[in-house]
Formats: sequence, C-alpha cells, structure tokens
Amino acid sequence: MIAINNAQLLRLAWPEIIVVATALIVMAADFLFLHRFSTHVRFSLAAGLGVLGCAGAIIRILFASEIANIFDGVLISNPLTHLVQIAVLVLTIFTLLLSVDSAFTQHVGEFVLLLLVATTGMMFLAGTQDLLVIFISLELLSLSLYILVAFNKSSAQSWEAALKYFLFGGMSAAFLLFGFSLLYGLSNSTSLPLIAAAIHGPALNPLLVIAIVTTAIGFGFKIAAAPFHFWAPDVYQVAPAPSAAFIASGSKVASFFLFFQVMALGFAGTEGTAVLPNLVRGWVPVLALMATVSMLLGNLVAIRQSSLRRLLAYSAIAHAGYMLLAIVVHTQQSLDALLYYVVTYALATLGAFAVIAVVEQQKGDDQLSNFNGLCRQSPVLSFCLAVFILSLAGIPPLAGFFAKFYLFVTVLNATPGSMGLLWLVVLAIAMSAVSLYYYLRVLKRVYVTPPAVGVAAIRTPLLSQVILIVLAAAVLLLGCAPQLLLRWIEAAVRVSGL
Amino acid sequence: MTFFPWISILTALPLAGALVLLALGGLGRTFTRCTALAFSLVALLLTLFLWHHFDSSSGSLQFQERLSWIPSLGVDYHVAVDGLGLLMLLLTSVVVPIAILASWNIQERVPLYYSLVLMLQTCLFGTFTALNFFHWFIFWELSLIPAFFLIRLWGGPRRASAATQFLVYTMVGSVAMLLSFLAIFLATHKFDFIDLAAMAHNGQLMPAVIDKLDWRRFTPEHLALILFAGAFLGFAVKVPLFPFHTWLPSAYAEAPTGTTILLTGAMSKMGVYGFLRILLPIFGAQMQVVLTPLLWLAVATVVFSAYAALAQKDLKRIFAYSSINHLGYCLLAIFAVLKFTGTDTSLTAEKYAAMNGVFLQMFNHGLTAASLFWFVAMLEKRSGGLRSLDDFGGLRKVAPVFTGLMGIALFSSLGLPGLNGFIGEFLIFKGSFPLAPWATSLAVIGLLMTAIFVLGILQRVFSGPLNQRWVNLPDLTVGERLALVPTIGLMFALGLYPQLVLGVVNNTVIQMVQQIRF
Amino acid sequence: MLAWTIYISFLGAAGLLLLPKGSVSSARIFALLTAVIGFGITLIYFLQHRTGEMLTITRVPWVPTLGIEFHLAADGISLTLALLTGIIAITGILFSWNIEERTKEFFAFYLLLIGAVYGVFLSYDLFLLFVFYEIVIIPKYFLIAIWGSTRREYGAMKLALYSFVGSAMVLIGLIAAFVVAGAKTTSLSQLAQFPFSPHFQMGAFPLVFIGFAILAGMWPFHTWAPTGHVAAPTAASMLLAGVVMKLGAYGCLRVAMVLFPLGLGPWGFHVLALGSWRDVFALLAVIGIIYGALVALVQKDFKFVIGYSSVSHMGFILLGLMTLNQIGISGAVLQMFSHGSLAGLLFAVVGRMVYARTLTRDLAALNAMNLHKIIPFAAVTFVIAGMASMGLPGFSGFVAELMILIGVWRAYPLLALCVGLGLIVGVVYVWRAMQKAFFISSGIESAPPNPPLPPITMPERIGAVILIATSVLVGLYPQMLLNIVVPALNSPLFDGLRKGSWQ
Repeated sequence: MIAINNAQLLRLAWPEIIVVATALIVMAADFLFLHRFSTHVRFSLAAGLGVLGCAGAIIRILFASEIANIFDGVLISNPLTHLVQIAVLVLTIFTLLLSVDSAFTQHVGEFVLLLLVATTGMMFLAGTQDLLVIFISLELLSLSLYILVAFNKSSAQSWEAALKYFLFGGMSAAFLLFGFSLLYGLSNSTSLPLIAAAIHGPALNPLLVIAIVTTAIGFGFKIAAAPFHFWAPDVYQVAPAPSAAFIASGSKVASFFLFFQVMALGFAGTEGTAVLPNLVRGWVPVLALMATVSMLLGNLVAIRQSSLRRLLAYSAIAHAGYMLLAIVVHTQQSLDALLYYVVTYALATLGAFAVIAVVEQQKGDDQLSNFNGLCRQSPVLSFCLAVFILSLAGIPPLAGFFAKFYLFVTVLNATPGSMGLLWLVVLAIAMSAVSLYYYLRVLKRVYVTPPAVGVAAIRTPLLSQVILIVLAAAVLLLGCAPQLLLRWIEAAVRVSGL
Repeated sequence: MTFFPWISILTALPLAGALVLLALGGLGRTFTRCTALAFSLVALLLTLFLWHHFDSSSGSLQFQERLSWIPSLGVDYHVAVDGLGLLMLLLTSVVVPIAILASWNIQERVPLYYSLVLMLQTCLFGTFTALNFFHWFIFWELSLIPAFFLIRLWGGPRRASAATQFLVYTMVGSVAMLLSFLAIFLATHKFDFIDLAAMAHNGQLMPAVIDKLDWRRFTPEHLALILFAGAFLGFAVKVPLFPFHTWLPSAYAEAPTGTTILLTGAMSKMGVYGFLRILLPIFGAQMQVVLTPLLWLAVATVVFSAYAALAQKDLKRIFAYSSINHLGYCLLAIFAVLKFTGTDTSLTAEKYAAMNGVFLQMFNHGLTAASLFWFVAMLEKRSGGLRSLDDFGGLRKVAPVFTGLMGIALFSSLGLPGLNGFIGEFLIFKGSFPLAPWATSLAVIGLLMTAIFVLGILQRVFSGPLNQRWVNLPDLTVGERLALVPTIGLMFALGLYPQLVLGVVNNTVIQMVQQIRF
Repeated sequence: MLAWTIYISFLGAAGLLLLPKGSVSSARIFALLTAVIGFGITLIYFLQHRTGEMLTITRVPWVPTLGIEFHLAADGISLTLALLTGIIAITGILFSWNIEERTKEFFAFYLLLIGAVYGVFLSYDLFLLFVFYEIVIIPKYFLIAIWGSTRREYGAMKLALYSFVGSAMVLIGLIAAFVVAGAKTTSLSQLAQFPFSPHFQMGAFPLVFIGFAILAGMWPFHTWAPTGHVAAPTAASMLLAGVVMKLGAYGCLRVAMVLFPLGLGPWGFHVLALGSWRDVFALLAVIGIIYGALVALVQKDFKFVIGYSSVSHMGFILLGLMTLNQIGISGAVLQMFSHGSLAGLLFAVVGRMVYARTLTRDLAALNAMNLHKIIPFAAVTFVIAGMASMGLPGFSGFVAELMILIGVWRAYPLLALCVGLGLIVGVVYVWRAMQKAFFISSGIESAPPNPPLPPITMPERIGAVILIATSVLVGLYPQMLLNIVVPALNSPLFDGLRKGSWQ
C-alpha cells in the first residue's frame, strides 16, 4: 500500500480544481442571477468569469507548481505537462471570448460549464500516463464535446451531427477500452512505462497486435484521421462556431499530445518501421498508413468543398495526417515539432472559425459565395482570414510554414543517414502543394471576386476584431520568430525525459 | 601628325548629324535636307583630309586608335585605315551626298529619313575602319536596321516582303559568321583581325584550332573548312555571290531610289571588303582548298546576273542585276589571286594587277552605280514613278542633256575605255587571265551581255521614236546639272588618270598580296 | 544597410495600406519613392563593391535549434540581380501609373513582391532564401488575379501552383540535404562545403534544379509562363518575366549547382546520347530556345509572342549555366540582367503602350491601325527593344549571348549550331511581330482606332528611356557588370563546382 499524500495530490491538482470551480460558479451565477439579462450580457459575464478562472489556472501552473510523478504516472507535473496545459487553457480563453458574441442558445451557463469541464478533461489528459486516468479524462472531454456540438437546438443538422459524433465516439471509446484492457492483461499494469517494459519482446504477440490496432482506431477517431474521420465534416459544419473552434483547436492539442505519449511510451519497443521496402510489423506502419490516407483524402476531397467549414474539416483531416508523421518517428525532436505544429495549427484554425462566426452571423451561412469581396466589406476580417488560411497552407513567413518545415526535418532526421522515410515527406509536401489550390480559392473569393451588388458592409464586433488581430499577430510572430515558442517546448521536452 | 582620334570623330560625325536632325527636324524640310547634306559634305571633307595625309608609301595601317574595352573577352576598341579602308571611306563619303541629293523629293517624315541615312553612314564608316570583330560586328549588324527601315517606310508597293527578305537573309549569314568567329575566339582568345591574320600567316591558326577545339568527329581540315564556311556565308550573302543573291533585286527595286544608291554604292562593298580584310588573311588556306568551286561560283554570278539583267524591264532591276555582275568580277579576281600563292612567287605582277583591279572596281562601280540610280531617280521624278523600259522611248529628243549625261554613266558601266569603269575591269581581266584562264574566259560572256543590255537601255529609253507621253518632259535643271558635274567629272578623271586612286592604294595592294602566304 | 532594400519595400507595402481610401496619386508617388530609395541603396553598394568580396550584411541566429540564421550577404552576382530588381521596380511602377482601381493594394502587393525578390537575391542562408522564395508566390497570385486581363484567375492559379510545386521539390531537396549534413546548419557556404555522397548528389541535384527550373521556364515545364504573362497586368508581367523568372535561374546556380556539383557529373552510362544531368538540361534548354522561338513565330496575340520569347531567352540562361565554364556562366548572369530589362521593356510596350490604349492585342487588328503613325514613340521603343532582344550588337543581349555561345562552343559544339538556328528564328519572330503590330501591311485596309488613342504619357517615356539606356549601357560597356560577376564565380562558394566538372 503506497501512502498517498493527499496534500500533495491536492496541490498538484490545483489548476484543474480552479477550472472546475469556475465552471460551477459560472453555472450557479447564470442560473441564479443572470436570467433576466440579454444573452449577450449573460455570455459576456459568463465568459468573463470563465476567462478569469482559466487565467487563474495558468498563473497557478506558471508560478506555483512542482515537479512530481504520482503512482507511476497517474498524475504528472513537469514542464512538458505544464506547457500543454497552458496551451489548452489559452485556447479555451480564446474560445470563451469568441462565444461572447454568439446567439445560438439561451443556455449560457451550461455552455460555459461544459467548455470548462472539457478543458479540465484535457488538462488531466495532459498530465497523466496511466491508462485508467487517460480513459476517464478522454471520456470527460468527449462527452462534453458531444453536447457542445448539439447546443444549437434550432438546427436539425446540429442534432444529426452530434448524434453521429456521439455514436462514432462511443464506438471508438469502446475500441480504446478494449485495447487498454488487452494491454493491462499483457502487462499487469496501467502505467505506460511499466506496460512498455512488460510487452517488450522479439515477437509481436497477436493480442498486442489487436491492442495496437484498436488503440490506433480509438485515437484516430479523436484526432479525425482517416479512415476514422467521418464525423468531422458534419460536426465542423453544423456545430456552433465556438464549439467547432474548440474541437478544432483545443481538443486537437491534447489528443495529439496524448497519442504521442501513449504510442511512444506505452508501446515502446513494438514500433516496427515504415521504411520502405523493409516494413517491419509494429504500430509505426499502422500509423504511417493512417497518415497517408489522411493526407490524401483530406486534401483531395477539400478541393470540392463549397462550404468553408467543411473545407476546414477536410483540411483538419489532412493536417492530422501531417502531424501523425511526428508520431510515426517518435523522437524527442519530433515531439518538439508536433507540439509546435499543433499549437500554431490550433491558433490558425481558431482564428478561421472566429472569422466564420462573424460572417455567418451577418450573412446566414458559411458558403464560400458569402465571402465574395470580403476585402471591400471588412479589410480587417479579410486580412486576418488571409493570415490564417496562408498559415494553414504553409506559406512563409507565417507559423504554419515553419511548423511544416520543422516537422519534415524531424521526420527525415529520425534515423540520420537513412532516407527511408523520404516517401512520407515527399507525399506530405506534394499534398501541401495540392492544398494550396483550395486555400487560394478561398482567398480568391475574399480578394478577387467582386462582392454581390448592394451588399452592406460587415460590422465586426470589437471583441472579435481584437481576438482576430491578436491571433493573426501571434501566427505572424510565431512564423517570423519561431524560437520564441520553440525554446520553451524544447526545454520542456528535454526535462520531461520522454 | 600628333595623335588625334580622327577616325572615331569621322565615324561619330554622321551619327551626331542624325541626332541633330531628329531633334531639330521640326524646323522644316528644306532645313533638314540642307543640314543632312551639310553633314555629309563635312564628312567628305574630313575624308579627303585623311586621304591627303595618308602616307601612301607604306601599305600599313595608319591613324590607329586602340583602347582596352572588355579585357576578359579579348575585345579592344581598335580602328585604323590602310589603303583599302581609306578607299572605302572615300567611296562612302562620295556616295552618301549623292544619295541625299537623289532623295530630295521625299516628302514624308523627312527628318527621320535623313537621320536614318546618316546613321547608316556611321555604320559604314565603322565597318570599314574596325579591326576587332566585336565592334566590327556591331556596325555590320546595326547597318541593317536603318537600311531595313529606309526600305520599309518609303519603299515601293512590295516593300514589306523585300525588306524582310533582305533582313532575314543577311541575318542568317551574320549568325553563321558569328558562330565561326566565336569558335575562333575559343581557339585563340583573340577577336582582333590583325592578330588573327598574323597567326594565320605564321601558320599558328590551324594548330590552335585543332588544339583547343577538340571535336573528335572532325578532322582538322574539315574543322577549318566548317569555320570558314560560316564566315564565308556571312560575306557571300552581302556581296552577293550566286546563289545567295536572290534577296537583292527585290530589295534594290522596292527601296526608294536614294536608298538603293546607298545599298549598291556602299553597302554591297561591305561584302567585298570583308572578303579582303577578313576572309583572305585569316581563312586564305581554306579558300585555297575549295578554290575551284569558288571560282565557278564567281563565274556563275557574273554570267547569270548579266543574263538576268537582259530579261528585266524595270530599270532598277536591270541595274540591280548589273551590280551583282560587276561585283562578281571583284570576287573572280580575289579567287584567282589565291590560286597561285603559298610560296609560289610566279605571276606576281598579275596578282598585283588583279588586286589593283579589285580595289578600283569597287570604287568605280560604287560611283557609277550610284550615278545610274541617281539618273533613274530623276527619271522617276519626271515620269511620276514610272521606270520600265516599255514606258519610254526617244527621250533624247526632249531631254538631250539628260541623255548625254546618263549615257556617259551607262558607258562607264559598260566599261568603255576613257571612263572609270574600264580600268577596273581591264586590270581584273589582265591579272586574272593568266591565273585562272578558264574562269576568266567564261566571265567575258558577262562583259558581252552587259554591253547588250546597256545598249538596249540606250536604245529603248533614249533612241527610237519619241513616246508621245513625254513630249513635255523637262530636261535637267541647272541645279541638277551642277550637282552632276563633280560625279561625271570624277568618272572621266579616273578613267583617264587612274593613278589618282592607284597611287594611294598601290602599296596596300602589294602588301596585301604578299601577305597571302600560308 | 543593403538589407534596407528589403525592409523598405515591406514597410512601403504596409505603409501603402494605411493610406486613406481612394488616394490614388499619393499611393503612386509613395510607391515610386520607395522603389527609388531601394534602387538608390543598391546602386551605392554596386558602385562601392570591391570585386571578389562577399559582403556580409546581416548575420544573426534565427532558430538556433536548427542552426538557421538570418544571414544576408551580397557578392557580385547578387548585386547585379539586385540592381536589376531595382530598375524593374521603378519602371514597373512608372508603367502602372494609369491604374485607377484599388491602386493602393496594387502597389502594396507590388512592393511586397519586390521586397521578397530582393530577399532571395541577398539571402545566404538556405532556409531564409526559401522563405523569401515562397513569399513571392502569394503577391504574384493576387496581382494577376485582380488586375490582370485574359483568363486572369486561371492564369494566376496555374502560375501559383506551378511555382509552389517547383518550390516543393526544392524543399524536399533542401530538407534532405540539411538532414544528411547533420541537421546543424542551413548556411549556404557551410552546406556547400559538406561532402555529400555522389549518389545523394546525383539524386538531389535534378530534384532541386528542376524545382527551380520550373520557375525559370525550362521546357517542358514552361507552360505556366505564356498563360501567366498574358493574364498579368503590365507591371506584373514586367516583374514576372523580368525578375521572377530570374529567381528560378538564380536558384539553379546559387543553390542546386553550388550544393550538389557532383550531380552534374557523368552517370557512367548513356541514354539516347545523354550521359549526365548536365547533358539533359543543356538539351532541354536548347529545345526551349528553339521551341519558344518557333511558337512565338505563329502567335496571333501580341503579348503571347513576348511571353514565348521569354521562354526562349530563359533557355539561353539555362544553357549558359550548363556549359560549366567561366565564360558561359558569366554570360548567363549577364543574360539574366539583360533579358530582365528587355523583357520588362517589351511587356511595357505591348501591355501599357499598345493594349491599354487599343484594347486589343490581336496582331491582325493592330496591323490595320498602322500604329507607327499614331504612337511613334511606342513603335520606336519596340523596334529598339526588339533589336536588343534579337541579340543585335550594341545592346546588352548581344554580349550576353556572345559569351554564352562561346561557352557552348566549348562544351557542346553541336548545340551551338542549334542555338544559331534559334538566333535566326529569334530575328524572324521579333521582326514579324514588330511589323504586324506597328506597320500596316500592303493590301490591308487602314482602320484607324476610334476613338483616337491618348498620347504616350511622361511616366511611360521615362520608364522606356531608363530601360533602353540600361540595355545600351551594358551592351557598350559590359565590363561594368562583368567586373563583379566574374570574380564572384571564383569565390570559395563555387569551389565544389569548379573542382567538379568544370571545363
């Protein structure tokens, strides 16, 4: 029986506690006091409180945390987990600010509560290496997200997407759980490092193979990698803008980080390789296959989209494919690259959804035709959208370019002297070239196509403008001076000993 | 005399005149014409000045200027004249005023016309004095542009195709020549004509080519011939030599007559000059190898062009073919001189004679042809543009002075003794016959046919019953008569006292012939 | 200080966007001022340049994790091309003086493009070079898509995608080289010294070379060029053909040939008489020269003639690079400068002087207008530009082509003859275009344009004079450029190339 130091546990969990407490306070406040105010005021207050709570959690993490590892990974606190948690919190703050101007629901308190609860789930996800805690946090996150998708009760499609999401999600959670239980059975432990030590061996146990596959399926669903992506286009299209933004940004960060940890730590020793033509069995070829399919499908189908949200969904699938490459090579450097990529990707996508939110409110939907001549109607909006889209496309000097560059470098650098994974990089770069086509088409609408006659100018709310400019500036800054973020990530990864 | 860049100034003078005309052309047509004439006369005076100060006792280069320009490419600004160059300068300076006077009736865009003429004069001066391939080629190519535009903008009904044909033909030849010279540069790192000639003379050229241009597929002899062929093509098109002559009749016919004077009087000499200055010294050995075909080409040029002239009705076309014919004699002589060279010192006197004949023929033909076309211009002015043999008849009854003076020019072209045309042809035949008997004999046919068509012109245009249409044809005006006096006078002078020219160029000729030894 | 050419252009672009809406004339003047300052700085450095030196402008660590530095430097070749950029920037703005719609944004995109181009020429860090190279794509797209003419959206997209594919290929090569060399530095000079295995170089060289050559318009990857040039507005065409295509050629020389010189070596076996990548690219270059010229010969659209002539002239540059001797490569750099100015001039005449007035580019329609009487300045300018473009001596094109030909004679004698053929066809198509566009053919009914054409404005005249003077100056005194280009080729950077298959 290991003595549990409750005090220490509490101390370590303070950030999460702060966030949960904030959630409850918001819920209570909204329920009790704010009913008679307008939605906008309620949202402002609730979001404001939520932002305060998240900020408090960030401060707590930055200034008063300690390095600890409880119970072989049940709760971990080290610079790397702090980094991921802070990233998640920042993204949540932006999402909350984004939701201030929305009008899709009257249930403000519930909405913010669910957002914050999902955030808590993500924070726990970041700070654990134990299968059980992983699963619980994952479920916490997923269930909150399902509901967040369905929040727009007036839209039937919203229901449909949420249901799809739920069913898919439930199924993949089942797969995940199955895999986890197999792992437990094989290793008699739920702690990732211990599992790795146990399953390490020359030949692949068939059960292990199943475990690998099911785990991949489970996580593949979470990150919207093909062929487990079917929920993504619908969800992205019909979820309320803040929810979609949240799913596209925050949950991606946490999920990818977790995926990396599970595969690199938990399945260490059973990788195999994806170096053609000598494929060795393991989880690496599986992930390489997933990455390939994602990149191909995401980019090629995105070409045909006429709705910006669906386009972003398929682009998310493609980007998931790129990021999977980092997990395929599972080196320290590739973790750096992965984190950098996913953070900048999240910022850009969040920004894009912010723009969509504004345009949708004033024009009705997110069809590309509504973006015609946006540069005349709102220069700020169009400039920010251009920054985000070009960052997604990987055009310098924006963050997305450096992220891709660094990612590809780490993929090739994984086995120095061997060009074995060159095929993956070539494919990724080729698909990036394809992606430029559909991204440029969006910008063409914004800048080139003249607006429909007699269309009024778009009035962007001040808060949205501020958020957009901050996000665009961040994307530009991180692109011109990537070292700012990279330094932090590198230091964190080195210390964490992954 | 102390060093002074006479040649550069002479070359730049017409260009300055062209720019003045472009700037001040708005001051009226008369002003423009007189200014153009003034510039050309100043150039003539300057050339005469150089002629006077030329040291004819030596055949070497004088008034030399040499500046480094693009060292990495072996390009210097190198100009100088010897007897040949000076003769050509004089010819150009004489022909251009004639051309300007003959163009007095141009009414459209007069400043542009005269500035193009003056620009052409600069290019001609440049070509005849340049001794480094780089700027020689610049002038050679640039001369095409004013000529093209002169034909294109002021010419006859089919001027577009004539001008284009002229340009493209010459360009093809120039490109071939350029390629050859670049290959030579690659082998020798020299672009300078004098240096290259010295190398050829000392037998160093071929070894250098073989050494540096290691093109395994070709034997050294073939390689040299290929390079020669490229350069040859460039000049053969310009002279022109049969069968590269087909551009000439249309170009001469469609060009405004003043331009035709320039083309025949000066530009065609560029080709022969090239043979003498460039091909002979540098590629002499190669020419010897293909000498027989060359001789036959020269003969063909002479005979076919004369025959073709017989069949023409348009006066300008007749004279065009006649030009080809007269220059064919020059080439015949050049090729004949080559036949006995090397270390063979026999028949030296004949070689000198032939070469002197070439020089004289160049000058005389330039003068005579210019005058003939000038007369055609005057005829056109009076007839409203008509110039076919069928249009006229019996003009001597209404325009006796015109008939007389044109007759003199026609007889000079025929080669009547006492006029300048005779001396050149005589020397050529005298010199060539011992050197290349068969070719020379066949070339005599050309003489005969020339006589036939010249007399034919006299008969159809001037003699016979008066064509009633021209009853009121005005004779030459006082101004025209005065203008013609120097030209006709010169024809007589040179015919009776060729020493005027020979005295200056003889030593150059001797030196040139002596240099042909490889 | 030379880096300020980049910064000023970017700042100018940003500044333009801040101008109040609808301020057309201040936008023009502001843009012109920016371009002139940029050119002035370059000129000062050009005049002060000591031959053979490589002037380091800025060198600060950027991303130490990957050894990436913000390293700007200039040698003779960079300065020559930066000078060209400055000249084209100024004249491009002068020729766009008539743009009335969205003027601010036009000049903003234009200056952005200029800044990025300066950046490519001055970069000595491969990552930085690539960043600037990529930045070029987006303003290019918008310039064509918004202000262009025929099929502009299609042309712009084609151009952007082709460029991006090319740079993707380069990226793969660069990343591979970076990783193989230890992933420690992206500095050009250090990577140039790294001994990559011949096998690696044999594979990386064609990849990177073709990647750059796509932008340089090498046959058969050239198809974006005519479409793009025709679709683009005048200033963009001038930039595109004048400078951006030179980016590709510059990349071929500065990156592909410097990093992977062994890739030019013989394969050891022969395929269709080709024994190395050098043979292949030389052949493709010559095909480009002749093909471009032949196709230009049969065009009915005036601008297409010039578009294809650009492809033909770029073939000269690539051929010069493949000769692998000093005179050929310096000739290629000279041709980059020469063709840059001449292409700019040709497009200026076709686009701004003729098309903007007559609203037609059909040669048959222009023929009937007998334009040399109505806009003689345009006719004269085109004649001069055409002569220069043909390679007429006295202009810059002649010296450049002369040097390239000498280099080709040494390396590929047979190809020299083909090039001669290309020269001749070059004369013919230029002459044909000039005649058809400006001089009425006999037998055609005269159809003067109605309403009458506005006269040639002062900015156009100034621009034309600047470009003609540039070509004449370099044509008569090429030594001023060769003085700095030739020693640059002898610098340590090109050591690998010289030790390799140099001839």
